[in-house]
Amino acid sequence: MDKKGGERLDVLEEEDRARFEAVVLPHLDAAFNLARWLLRSRADAEDVAQDALLRAFRAFGTYRAGNARAWLLQIVRNACFTWLQQHHKDENFSEFNEERMPQVSENPERLAIASSNRQQLTRALEALPASFREILVLRELEGCSYKEISEITSRPIGTVMSSLARARQQLRSALAQPPAKEVRRAL
Amino acid sequence: MPCEFSQNQLHGYLDGELDAVSASEFEKHLGSCPECQRLLAVDESLRKAMRDSMLYERAPRTLRENLFGHSTQQVSMQSPAVRSASWRWLAAAAALVLAVFLGWRQIGHPSGPSATQLAVAALVDAHLRSLQPGHLADVESSDQHTVKPWFDGRLDFAPPVPDFSGDGFPLLGGRLDVVQGRTVAALVYGRRKHIINVFVEKASPVIAWTGSGSTQGYQWIAWQKDAFTLCAVSDVSSADLNTLKDLFLAQ
Repeated sequence: MDKKGGERLDVLEEEDRARFEAVVLPHLDAAFNLARWLLRSRADAEDVAQDALLRAFRAFGTYRAGNARAWLLQIVRNACFTWLQQHHKDENFSEFNEERMPQVSENPERLAIASSNRQQLTRALEALPASFREILVLRELEGCSYKEISEITSRPIGTVMSSLARARQQLRSALAQPPAKEVRRAL
Repeated sequence: MPCEFSQNQLHGYLDGELDAVSASEFEKHLGSCPECQRLLAVDESLRKAMRDSMLYERAPRTLRENLFGHSTQQVSMQSPAVRSASWRWLAAAAALVLAVFLGWRQIGHPSGPSATQLAVAALVDAHLRSLQPGHLADVESSDQHTVKPWFDGRLDFAPPVPDFSGDGFPLLGGRLDVVQGRTVAALVYGRRKHIINVFVEKASPVIAWTGSGSTQGYQWIAWQKDAFTLCAVSDVSSADLNTLKDLFLAQ
Protein backbone atom coordinates (compact mmCIF):
# COMPACT_ATOMS: atom_id res chain seq x y z
CA MET A 1 0.00 0.00 0.00
CA ASP A 2 3.01 2.26 0.22
CA LYS A 3 3.32 3.89 -3.08
CA LYS A 4 6.06 6.05 -1.66
CA GLY A 5 8.41 3.17 -0.98
CA GLY A 6 7.55 2.89 2.65
CA GLU A 7 8.89 6.22 3.79
CA ARG A 8 6.65 7.23 6.58
CA LEU A 9 6.73 9.40 9.55
CA ASP A 10 6.16 6.56 11.96
CA VAL A 11 9.68 5.25 11.58
CA LEU A 12 11.08 8.56 12.75
CA GLU A 13 11.93 9.62 16.23
CA GLU A 14 8.85 9.36 18.39
CA GLU A 15 9.40 12.65 20.15
CA ASP A 16 10.04 14.65 16.99
CA ARG A 17 7.10 13.00 15.40
CA ALA A 18 4.81 13.90 18.25
CA ARG A 19 5.88 17.52 18.06
CA PHE A 20 5.54 17.56 14.30
CA GLU A 21 2.12 16.01 14.59
CA ALA A 22 0.97 18.59 17.09
CA VAL A 23 2.33 21.60 15.23
CA VAL A 24 2.04 20.69 11.55
CA LEU A 25 -0.64 18.02 11.24
CA PRO A 26 -3.45 20.49 11.94
CA HIS A 27 -2.59 22.05 8.58
CA LEU A 28 -2.73 18.88 6.51
CA ASP A 29 -6.05 19.87 4.95
CA ALA A 30 -4.66 23.30 4.11
CA ALA A 31 -1.64 21.67 2.48
CA PHE A 32 -3.76 19.33 0.41
CA ASN A 33 -6.27 21.98 -0.60
CA LEU A 34 -3.57 24.33 -1.83
CA ALA A 35 -1.87 21.53 -3.78
CA ARG A 36 -5.17 20.41 -5.25
CA TRP A 37 -5.94 23.84 -6.67
CA LEU A 38 -2.42 24.51 -7.83
CA LEU A 39 -2.13 21.14 -9.60
CA ARG A 40 -5.82 20.91 -10.54
CA SER A 41 -5.84 17.23 -9.67
CA ARG A 42 -6.56 15.39 -6.44
CA ALA A 43 -4.28 12.51 -7.31
CA ASP A 44 -1.28 14.70 -8.12
CA ALA A 45 -2.05 16.84 -5.09
CA GLU A 46 -1.92 13.80 -2.86
CA ASP A 47 1.50 12.77 -4.17
CA VAL A 48 2.98 16.23 -4.04
CA ALA A 49 1.49 17.02 -0.63
CA GLN A 50 2.90 13.79 0.73
CA ASP A 51 6.38 14.61 -0.56
CA ALA A 52 6.07 18.13 0.79
CA LEU A 53 5.04 16.85 4.22
CA LEU A 54 8.02 14.53 4.34
CA ARG A 55 10.25 17.37 3.26
CA ALA A 56 8.68 19.52 5.95
CA PHE A 57 9.43 16.87 8.52
CA ARG A 58 13.06 16.67 7.51
CA ALA A 59 13.29 20.45 7.66
CA PHE A 60 11.39 20.61 10.93
CA GLY A 61 14.63 21.31 12.79
CA THR A 62 14.84 24.66 11.04
CA TYR A 63 11.30 25.59 12.02
CA ARG A 64 11.24 28.07 14.85
CA ALA A 65 8.09 28.79 16.75
CA GLY A 66 5.99 30.89 14.45
CA ASN A 67 3.25 30.48 11.95
CA ALA A 68 3.28 26.74 11.26
CA ARG A 69 0.61 26.98 8.60
CA ALA A 70 2.53 29.58 6.60
CA TRP A 71 5.72 27.59 7.06
CA LEU A 72 4.12 24.40 5.76
CA LEU A 73 2.21 26.09 2.93
CA GLN A 74 5.39 27.70 1.70
CA ILE A 75 6.98 24.27 1.38
CA VAL A 76 3.87 22.89 -0.30
CA ARG A 77 3.54 25.69 -2.83
CA ASN A 78 7.22 25.47 -3.74
CA ALA A 79 6.83 21.74 -4.28
CA CYS A 80 3.78 22.39 -6.46
CA PHE A 81 5.46 24.98 -8.65
CA THR A 82 8.45 22.69 -9.08
CA TRP A 83 6.09 19.89 -10.08
CA LEU A 84 4.27 22.13 -12.55
CA GLN A 85 7.58 23.10 -14.12
CA GLN A 86 8.83 19.53 -14.31
CA HIS A 87 5.63 18.39 -15.92
CA HIS A 88 5.62 21.29 -18.33
CA LYS A 89 2.41 22.53 -16.91
CA ASP A 90 4.06 25.78 -16.06
CA GLU A 91 1.39 27.87 -17.67
CA ASN A 92 2.16 30.38 -14.99
CA PHE A 93 5.48 31.23 -16.54
CA SER A 94 4.08 32.11 -19.89
CA GLU A 95 2.80 35.62 -20.17
CA PHE A 96 -0.84 35.66 -19.30
CA ASN A 97 -2.76 37.98 -21.51
CA GLU A 98 -5.00 39.94 -19.25
CA GLU A 99 -6.74 41.61 -22.15
CA ARG A 100 -7.95 38.26 -23.36
CA MET A 101 -10.94 38.34 -21.09
CA PRO A 102 -12.23 41.87 -21.37
CA GLN A 103 -14.00 43.32 -18.39
CA VAL A 104 -16.83 44.67 -20.51
CA SER A 105 -18.30 41.20 -20.92
CA GLU A 106 -19.14 41.14 -17.22
CA ASN A 107 -22.82 40.61 -16.81
CA PRO A 108 -23.81 40.91 -13.16
CA GLU A 109 -26.67 38.48 -13.50
CA ARG A 110 -24.66 35.84 -15.25
CA LEU A 111 -21.92 36.37 -12.71
CA ALA A 112 -24.36 35.77 -9.88
CA ILE A 113 -25.74 32.62 -11.44
CA ALA A 114 -22.35 31.25 -12.42
CA SER A 115 -20.81 31.88 -9.05
CA SER A 116 -23.62 30.04 -7.32
CA ASN A 117 -22.68 26.93 -9.25
CA ARG A 118 -19.82 24.99 -7.76
CA GLN A 119 -18.88 23.41 -11.06
CA GLN A 120 -18.71 26.72 -12.87
CA LEU A 121 -16.73 28.28 -10.06
CA THR A 122 -14.30 25.36 -10.14
CA ARG A 123 -13.86 25.69 -13.90
CA ALA A 124 -13.37 29.43 -13.68
CA LEU A 125 -10.82 29.12 -10.90
CA GLU A 126 -8.96 26.38 -12.72
CA ALA A 127 -8.82 28.51 -15.84
CA LEU A 128 -6.69 31.10 -14.05
CA PRO A 129 -2.89 31.07 -14.03
CA ALA A 130 -1.36 29.19 -11.10
CA SER A 131 -0.23 32.29 -9.24
CA PHE A 132 -3.78 33.67 -9.34
CA ARG A 133 -5.25 30.35 -8.26
CA GLU A 134 -2.77 30.31 -5.44
CA ILE A 135 -3.54 33.75 -4.12
CA LEU A 136 -7.31 33.26 -4.32
CA VAL A 137 -7.15 29.90 -2.58
CA LEU A 138 -4.93 31.29 0.17
CA ARG A 139 -7.11 34.33 0.68
CA GLU A 140 -10.67 33.11 0.10
CA LEU A 141 -10.53 29.44 1.01
CA GLU A 142 -7.74 29.39 3.55
CA GLY A 143 -8.46 32.83 4.98
CA CYS A 144 -4.81 33.86 5.09
CA SER A 145 -3.88 37.44 5.92
CA TYR A 146 -1.78 39.46 3.47
CA LYS A 147 1.16 38.99 5.79
CA GLU A 148 0.78 35.23 5.69
CA ILE A 149 0.33 35.22 1.91
CA SER A 150 3.42 37.37 1.62
CA GLU A 151 5.33 34.90 3.78
CA ILE A 152 4.08 31.86 1.87
CA THR A 153 4.62 33.24 -1.62
CA SER A 154 7.72 35.33 -0.84
CA ARG A 155 6.12 38.43 -2.29
CA PRO A 156 5.92 41.89 -0.73
CA ILE A 157 2.59 42.72 0.90
CA GLY A 158 1.88 45.48 -1.63
CA THR A 159 2.22 42.96 -4.42
CA VAL A 160 -0.16 40.63 -2.62
CA MET A 161 -2.84 43.31 -2.70
CA SER A 162 -2.40 44.15 -6.39
CA SER A 163 -2.18 40.45 -7.33
CA LEU A 164 -5.43 39.81 -5.52
CA ALA A 165 -7.01 42.68 -7.41
CA ARG A 166 -5.99 41.14 -10.73
CA ALA A 167 -6.86 37.61 -9.66
CA ARG A 168 -10.36 38.66 -8.66
CA GLN A 169 -10.83 40.54 -11.89
CA GLN A 170 -9.75 37.47 -13.86
CA LEU A 171 -12.09 35.26 -11.89
CA ARG A 172 -14.99 37.60 -12.57
CA SER A 173 -14.17 37.60 -16.25
CA ALA A 174 -13.80 33.83 -16.36
CA LEU A 175 -17.18 33.43 -14.68
CA ALA A 176 -18.79 35.87 -17.05
CA GLN A 177 -17.76 33.85 -20.08
CA PRO A 178 -20.77 32.28 -21.72
CA PRO A 179 -21.06 28.71 -20.49
CA ALA A 180 -21.83 27.38 -23.99
CA LYS A 181 -18.15 27.38 -24.89
CA GLU A 182 -17.33 25.31 -21.83
CA VAL A 183 -19.98 22.77 -22.65
CA ARG A 184 -18.59 22.33 -26.12
CA ARG A 185 -15.10 21.93 -24.74
CA ALA A 186 -16.30 19.39 -22.24
CA LEU A 187 -17.89 17.32 -24.99
CA MET B 1 -11.04 54.06 -17.54
CA PRO B 2 -10.83 52.04 -14.37
CA CYS B 3 -10.68 53.98 -11.15
CA GLU B 4 -7.29 53.90 -9.50
CA PHE B 5 -8.67 52.80 -6.15
CA SER B 6 -10.37 49.75 -7.63
CA GLN B 7 -6.99 48.31 -8.60
CA ASN B 8 -5.61 48.26 -5.09
CA GLN B 9 -7.14 49.85 -2.03
CA LEU B 10 -10.55 48.36 -2.75
CA HIS B 11 -9.10 44.91 -2.17
CA GLY B 12 -7.21 45.86 0.93
CA TYR B 13 -10.46 47.33 2.20
CA LEU B 14 -12.45 44.24 1.28
CA ASP B 15 -9.91 42.08 3.06
CA GLY B 16 -9.74 44.28 6.12
CA GLU B 17 -6.07 44.92 5.50
CA LEU B 18 -5.99 48.70 5.25
CA ASP B 19 -4.79 50.80 8.14
CA ALA B 20 -7.34 53.15 9.67
CA VAL B 21 -6.20 56.19 7.69
CA SER B 22 -6.24 54.44 4.32
CA ALA B 23 -9.56 52.78 5.13
CA SER B 24 -11.29 56.06 5.91
CA GLU B 25 -9.69 57.63 2.85
CA PHE B 26 -11.10 54.82 0.76
CA GLU B 27 -14.51 55.09 2.36
CA LYS B 28 -14.59 58.77 1.53
CA HIS B 29 -13.78 57.92 -2.07
CA LEU B 30 -16.29 55.07 -2.13
CA GLY B 31 -19.13 57.46 -1.41
CA SER B 32 -18.57 59.23 -4.73
CA CYS B 33 -17.41 56.38 -6.96
CA PRO B 34 -20.13 54.15 -8.44
CA GLU B 35 -17.52 51.89 -10.01
CA CYS B 36 -15.89 51.09 -6.70
CA GLN B 37 -19.31 50.59 -5.12
CA ARG B 38 -20.21 48.11 -7.82
CA LEU B 39 -16.90 46.26 -7.70
CA LEU B 40 -16.93 46.06 -3.94
CA ALA B 41 -20.40 44.52 -4.00
CA VAL B 42 -19.48 42.09 -6.78
CA ASP B 43 -16.24 40.96 -5.17
CA GLU B 44 -17.93 40.60 -1.83
CA SER B 45 -20.58 38.33 -3.30
CA LEU B 46 -17.93 36.42 -5.23
CA ARG B 47 -16.03 35.81 -2.04
CA LYS B 48 -19.18 34.59 -0.37
CA ALA B 49 -19.89 32.30 -3.31
CA MET B 50 -16.40 30.81 -3.13
CA ARG B 51 -16.75 30.13 0.55
CA ASP B 52 -20.30 28.83 0.35
CA SER B 53 -19.79 26.46 -2.53
CA MET B 54 -17.52 24.14 -0.62
CA LEU B 55 -14.54 24.48 -2.94
CA TYR B 56 -12.25 23.58 -0.09
CA GLU B 57 -10.99 20.05 -0.53
CA ARG B 58 -9.82 18.16 2.50
CA ALA B 59 -6.90 15.81 2.63
CA PRO B 60 -8.01 12.30 1.66
CA ARG B 61 -7.79 9.58 4.26
CA THR B 62 -5.11 7.84 2.25
CA LEU B 63 -2.76 10.80 2.60
CA ARG B 64 -2.96 10.61 6.38
CA GLU B 65 -2.45 6.86 6.24
CA ASN B 66 0.53 7.06 3.94
CA LEU B 67 2.15 9.62 6.17
CA PHE B 68 1.41 8.17 9.53
CA GLY B 69 0.95 4.50 8.89
CA HIS B 70 -0.97 2.21 11.16
CA SER B 71 -0.05 3.65 14.48
CA THR B 72 -2.53 6.49 14.33
CA GLN B 73 -5.08 4.73 12.21
CA GLN B 74 -7.48 4.05 14.98
CA VAL B 75 -7.64 7.72 15.63
CA SER B 76 -7.81 9.08 12.15
CA MET B 77 -10.37 6.75 10.64
CA GLN B 78 -12.77 3.89 11.03
CA SER B 79 -10.16 1.25 10.80
CA PRO B 80 -9.60 -2.44 10.76
CA ALA B 81 -7.22 -1.91 13.67
CA VAL B 82 -9.79 -3.48 15.96
CA ARG B 83 -7.35 -4.85 18.45
CA SER B 84 -5.74 -1.59 19.42
CA ALA B 85 -9.06 0.19 19.24
CA SER B 86 -10.72 -2.15 21.68
CA TRP B 87 -7.70 -1.88 23.94
CA ARG B 88 -8.25 1.84 23.93
CA TRP B 89 -11.89 1.43 24.82
CA LEU B 90 -10.91 -0.76 27.73
CA ALA B 91 -8.35 1.75 28.86
CA ALA B 92 -10.90 4.51 28.59
CA ALA B 93 -13.43 2.54 30.59
CA ALA B 94 -10.88 1.64 33.23
CA ALA B 95 -9.71 5.20 33.58
CA LEU B 96 -13.27 6.39 33.93
CA VAL B 97 -14.04 3.83 36.62
CA LEU B 98 -10.92 4.86 38.48
CA ALA B 99 -11.85 8.50 38.19
CA VAL B 100 -15.30 7.81 39.54
CA PHE B 101 -13.92 5.92 42.52
CA LEU B 102 -11.51 8.60 43.43
CA GLY B 103 -14.16 11.23 43.01
CA TRP B 104 -11.48 12.73 40.95
CA ARG B 105 -12.42 15.94 39.33
CA GLN B 106 -10.91 16.05 36.02
CA ILE B 107 -8.67 17.57 33.68
CA GLY B 108 -5.45 17.73 31.78
CA HIS B 109 -3.11 15.69 33.85
CA PRO B 110 0.32 16.24 32.34
CA SER B 111 1.60 12.68 32.51
CA GLY B 112 -0.19 9.64 31.21
CA PRO B 113 -3.56 9.67 29.54
CA SER B 114 -6.18 11.09 31.86
CA ALA B 115 -9.86 10.27 31.69
CA THR B 116 -10.34 13.58 29.93
CA GLN B 117 -7.69 12.80 27.36
CA LEU B 118 -9.28 9.45 26.69
CA ALA B 119 -12.73 10.94 26.46
CA VAL B 120 -11.40 13.58 24.08
CA ALA B 121 -9.63 10.94 21.98
CA ALA B 122 -12.91 9.05 21.68
CA LEU B 123 -14.74 12.21 20.64
CA VAL B 124 -12.06 13.09 18.09
CA ASP B 125 -12.48 9.54 16.73
CA ALA B 126 -16.21 10.15 16.47
CA HIS B 127 -15.58 13.50 14.77
CA LEU B 128 -13.28 11.87 12.21
CA ARG B 129 -15.75 9.06 11.58
CA SER B 130 -18.43 11.62 10.92
CA LEU B 131 -16.30 13.20 8.18
CA GLN B 132 -16.26 9.98 6.17
CA PRO B 133 -18.69 10.09 3.26
CA GLY B 134 -22.25 9.50 4.36
CA HIS B 135 -21.51 9.57 8.07
CA LEU B 136 -22.08 13.19 8.89
CA ALA B 137 -25.73 13.26 9.81
CA ASP B 138 -28.59 10.84 10.40
CA VAL B 139 -30.95 13.74 10.03
CA GLU B 140 -29.83 16.44 7.65
CA SER B 141 -31.57 19.68 8.23
CA SER B 142 -30.81 23.25 9.10
CA ASP B 143 -34.14 23.43 10.87
CA GLN B 144 -33.83 22.92 14.60
CA HIS B 145 -37.51 21.97 14.68
CA THR B 146 -36.70 19.02 12.45
CA VAL B 147 -33.50 17.98 14.17
CA LYS B 148 -34.68 18.26 17.76
CA PRO B 149 -37.75 15.99 17.45
CA TRP B 150 -35.62 13.46 15.59
CA PHE B 151 -33.80 12.73 18.84
CA ASP B 152 -37.10 11.98 20.62
CA GLY B 153 -37.26 8.36 21.61
CA ARG B 154 -33.70 7.75 20.48
CA LEU B 155 -32.13 9.13 23.63
CA ASP B 156 -33.23 9.23 27.25
CA PHE B 157 -32.71 12.96 27.27
CA ALA B 158 -33.65 15.86 25.02
CA PRO B 159 -30.50 17.65 23.87
CA PRO B 160 -30.61 21.37 23.15
CA VAL B 161 -30.56 21.92 19.39
CA PRO B 162 -29.99 25.60 18.68
CA ASP B 163 -29.27 27.00 15.23
CA PHE B 164 -26.68 29.76 15.02
CA SER B 165 -26.89 30.53 11.30
CA GLY B 166 -27.12 34.19 12.12
CA ASP B 167 -23.82 33.99 13.95
CA GLY B 168 -22.00 32.07 11.25
CA PHE B 169 -22.51 28.60 12.73
CA PRO B 170 -25.37 27.10 10.69
CA LEU B 171 -26.89 23.90 11.98
CA LEU B 172 -26.39 21.15 9.40
CA GLY B 173 -27.99 18.19 11.11
CA GLY B 174 -27.79 15.67 13.89
CA ARG B 175 -26.73 12.12 14.53
CA LEU B 176 -26.41 9.51 17.25
CA ASP B 177 -22.95 8.28 18.21
CA VAL B 178 -21.81 5.70 20.67
CA VAL B 179 -18.82 7.12 22.50
CA GLN B 180 -17.11 5.14 25.20
CA GLY B 181 -20.14 2.91 25.39
CA ARG B 182 -22.58 5.75 25.88
CA THR B 183 -25.07 7.00 23.36
CA VAL B 184 -24.59 10.67 22.77
CA ALA B 185 -26.23 13.23 20.53
CA ALA B 186 -23.98 14.76 17.91
CA LEU B 187 -25.04 18.12 16.51
CA VAL B 188 -23.37 19.12 13.29
CA TYR B 189 -22.55 22.75 12.59
CA GLY B 190 -20.81 24.44 9.71
CA ARG B 191 -18.18 27.10 10.08
CA ARG B 192 -17.14 28.43 6.69
CA LYS B 193 -15.85 25.28 4.99
CA HIS B 194 -15.31 23.46 8.26
CA ILE B 195 -17.45 21.00 10.15
CA ILE B 196 -17.97 21.19 13.89
CA ASN B 197 -19.42 18.33 15.89
CA VAL B 198 -20.98 19.23 19.20
CA PHE B 199 -21.41 16.12 21.33
CA VAL B 200 -24.07 16.32 23.98
CA GLU B 201 -24.62 13.90 26.82
CA LYS B 202 -26.17 13.94 30.23
CA ALA B 203 -23.71 15.38 32.69
CA SER B 204 -22.37 12.89 35.15
CA PRO B 205 -22.53 14.21 38.69
CA VAL B 206 -19.06 12.85 39.32
CA ILE B 207 -17.06 13.75 36.28
CA ALA B 208 -18.17 17.14 35.18
CA TRP B 209 -15.43 17.76 32.77
CA THR B 210 -14.66 21.05 31.14
CA GLY B 211 -11.61 22.39 29.42
CA SER B 212 -10.17 22.77 25.99
CA GLY B 213 -7.18 21.71 24.02
CA SER B 214 -5.89 20.21 20.85
CA THR B 215 -5.62 16.52 20.02
CA GLN B 216 -4.39 15.01 16.77
CA GLY B 217 -4.57 18.43 15.26
CA TYR B 218 -8.20 18.92 16.21
CA GLN B 219 -9.44 21.51 18.64
CA TRP B 220 -11.88 20.63 21.35
CA ILE B 221 -13.67 22.48 24.07
CA ALA B 222 -15.97 21.03 26.70
CA TRP B 223 -18.41 22.76 28.96
CA GLN B 224 -21.38 22.18 31.21
CA LYS B 225 -24.78 23.64 30.62
CA ASP B 226 -27.91 22.77 32.53
CA ALA B 227 -27.81 19.02 32.97
CA PHE B 228 -25.56 18.41 29.98
CA THR B 229 -21.93 18.01 29.17
CA LEU B 230 -21.14 19.40 25.75
CA CYS B 231 -17.95 19.01 23.80
CA ALA B 232 -17.27 20.67 20.46
CA VAL B 233 -14.63 19.11 18.20
CA SER B 234 -13.38 20.56 14.94
CA ASP B 235 -10.43 21.75 12.95
CA VAL B 236 -11.56 25.37 13.24
CA SER B 237 -9.61 27.73 15.46
CA SER B 238 -10.04 27.56 19.20
CA ALA B 239 -11.39 31.11 19.01
CA ASP B 240 -14.23 29.88 16.79
CA LEU B 241 -15.00 27.04 19.17
CA ASN B 242 -15.03 29.48 22.06
CA THR B 243 -17.50 31.64 20.20
CA LEU B 244 -19.73 28.64 19.64
CA LYS B 245 -19.51 27.69 23.29
CA ASP B 246 -20.49 31.22 24.28
CA LEU B 247 -23.46 31.06 21.92
CA PHE B 248 -24.60 27.83 23.57
CA LEU B 249 -24.12 29.29 27.03
CA ALA B 250 -26.07 32.40 26.09
CA GLN B 251 -29.05 30.30 25.02
